[in-house]
Amino acid sequence: MSNVDLDCKGLNCPMPIVKISRAMKELQTGVTLTVTASDPSFKADVEAWVRKMNQKLTSFTDTAGIQTAVIEKIS
Amino acid sequence: MGDNITISQSELIALVNQLVDQKVNARLADVEAALKSIQGTVGTLSENCPEDRATLVVFSGEMDTLFAAFTIAVGAASMGMEVSMFFTFWGLTALRKDKTFSGKAIGEKMVAMMLPNGPHAVPTSRMNMAGMGPLFFKYLMAQRNIESLPNMIALAQELGIKMVACEMSMGVMGVTRAELLDDIDYGGVATYLGDAAKSKITLFV
Repeated sequence: MSNVDLDCKGLNCPMPIVKISRAMKELQTGVTLTVTASDPSFKADVEAWVRKMNQKLTSFTDTAGIQTAVIEKIS
Repeated sequence: MGDNITISQSELIALVNQLVDQKVNARLADVEAALKSIQGTVGTLSENCPEDRATLVVFSGEMDTLFAAFTIAVGAASMGMEVSMFFTFWGLTALRKDKTFSGKAIGEKMVAMMLPNGPHAVPTSRMNMAGMGPLFFKYLMAQRNIESLPNMIALAQELGIKMVACEMSMGVMGVTRAELLDDIDYGGVATYLGDAAKSKITLFV
């Protein structure tokens, strides 16, 4: 399965979801987007974004404030 | 004794066909009438059903309030929603690219003089401290790598957010179309209500 990386470290609300939205539009179904971010609201926001946009959050990890979300384009 | 009628086979078939047609047509008319009424109801329902749309009235014109309005608008657009923003009174400052005095009546010139030059020069709603507040907040925001208000407005335009300037408040404040951003729409209260009535979210900022 192919993957695209998106670095949102240092960006604040609402920029991570703006960038995710743009990046996901370019992807084919089945491709994953791996997003790294440091915004403290990133977890809540990415979860809400995925729910609203009917996409799939495959994994979410947080290592010392650097959060990594893997989103699969399913629709 | 019953009547005995002699009838040929072809006449019998014709008669049966005629009777069947009559029955079927009567039934079909009922079904068609029911279908029409359902179609009408579905039409009315979808007409009144909110779309995936957000509508904001931007009335205030300070750095912090405008920032909140544009953050929500840009966020909604990034969550796949159609977004309309209606700028009225102090909110018009967000759309201002220029300030002109020529050709304006004295009252309009005075209003133009007192209004900020544009989104880069707006006060804060609290702790303005004669213009020191905005400078301080801009510094804090830059330090934390937060987008500036002019950048958020440019982003909103880039994302295709519909921006509508209220003609009535433009008239009151003597703001001309030439002073506002290009590629925006103009309208009145019905323009806002038309969009708001179809929106899941509508906010007054």
